Amino acid sequence: MRMLTFAGRNAKEILRDPLNLAFGLGFPLVLLMLLSLIQANIPVPLFEIGHLTPGVTVFGLSFMTLFSASVIAKDRGSSLLRRLYTTPLTPTDFILGYTLPMIPIALMQCIVCYIAAIMLGLEITVNILYAAVAVVPVSILYIALGLLFGSILNDRQVGGICGALLTNLSAWLSGIWFELELVGGVFRKIAYALPFVHAVDMERAMLAGNFADAVPHLWWVLGYAAAVFALAVLLFLRQMKRQ
Amino acid sequence: MYAVKTEGLTKKYKDTVAVDNLSISVLWGELFALLGVNGAGKTTTVKMLTCLTKPTCGDAFLNGKSILKDSAAVKSFTAVSPQETAVAPGLSVKENLELISGVYGFTKEKRAEKIAELTGLLGLEAVTDKRAGKLSGGWQRRLSIAMALISEPEILFLDEPTLGLDVLVRSELWDIIRSLKGRVTIIMTTHYMEEAEALSDRIGIMKDGKLLIAETAESIKKAAGTDSLEQAFVSFARGVVK
Repeated sequence: MRMLTFAGRNAKEILRDPLNLAFGLGFPLVLLMLLSLIQANIPVPLFEIGHLTPGVTVFGLSFMTLFSASVIAKDRGSSLLRRLYTTPLTPTDFILGYTLPMIPIALMQCIVCYIAAIMLGLEITVNILYAAVAVVPVSILYIALGLLFGSILNDRQVGGICGALLTNLSAWLSGIWFELELVGGVFRKIAYALPFVHAVDMERAMLAGNFADAVPHLWWVLGYAAAVFALAVLLFLRQMKRQ
Repeated sequence: MYAVKTEGLTKKYKDTVAVDNLSISVLWGELFALLGVNGAGKTTTVKMLTCLTKPTCGDAFLNGKSILKDSAAVKSFTAVSPQETAVAPGLSVKENLELISGVYGFTKEKRAEKIAELTGLLGLEAVTDKRAGKLSGGWQRRLSIAMALISEPEILFLDEPTLGLDVLVRSELWDIIRSLKGRVTIIMTTHYMEEAEALSDRIGIMKDGKLLIAETAESIKKAAGTDSLEQAFVSFARGVVK
């Protein structure tokens, strides 16, 4: 109950920020439409709607890191969090309260992307549903990154690190905008040692109905999500103690 | 009965002693003001008493509950209005009050009742549906105090409650704080002598983490041999009076 009250507050803070809506929903939709237009004029397999949509969906999730980290960093910068630390809310309440409301937001973003993709020609199959469900572990990874960065960075730093650096890094290293094989070498190895390309490959496999192909990527995503979440919890508790 | 009793409360940060062997007792229903220059240890004392930071040594008992051993119980009957205005900017005034009553586990009916009571007490009716982040500093401070009061605290900590507010708003907040006297035990930190004198039952003067005196304003003036509390405070702070 206490945690849900706090979670509800966090959801309101995020959803009421027009910039969040513009970036979180608007930006992935614009990319989806723009690249579909390019695809219509100059066909590129990478930008076929069935290949592009899972990538854009995962790219959109990188904004969850920004939203999550921004709320935490702003709360840490103000006295609100200090006030809340004097209430009966427990550390678990804080961590879940910052994490849980982001999952439905991420799912909503994913659903909107798929609806837009259907309007742009994506075939309606049950696999869309599976792909949407598979977004949950990916969203937890990005939300955990938000908890981590929000615990160590201030509001301005979050804008730079999560808003610019992380969104770009996760985009370049995910094979959404260009095939990693084209670059190859160390770049490809680094990309496959990180979770972003695995998230995209998993989503693509789910949408294509190749569930067996999705499983190895799912393990990568789950492993990273668990590790990042554990580190984020430690860092959050550390800053809580320091406050 | 003591609402607050500290025993050798001490907080050290590396080489700095922020609060040094503090022993104070505050009676139930009393308004106790802590005066001191910046860095005297007032805010650190409040942080320890509200379980935000652990003392290096010593302990404090609030309604008989130890801040070290029973912090969950202490948190259930204390509330704090921090120095900086602590509100959720994206939420309306009503939603801010709902947030705090929710984290204290109030039922829906009790929430509505308390919100109506607090908005009336603090004159917040006109801004109930306005976003807190859009309010002026004075309104935000009122909301911040309402958020501290909504949990029905038995012990309320007001950290510089009127800092940076204009004379009229300060006067209105004084009236609100006066109206709470006797119903809630209040520990208030302030830099304003007139505020401490007008509102407090007793005043504690802190310097370098130590409590120099804890008496009524009249007794402090008498001890310093001065006519005003400000002169008395300066005498104590400069070490003229010991």
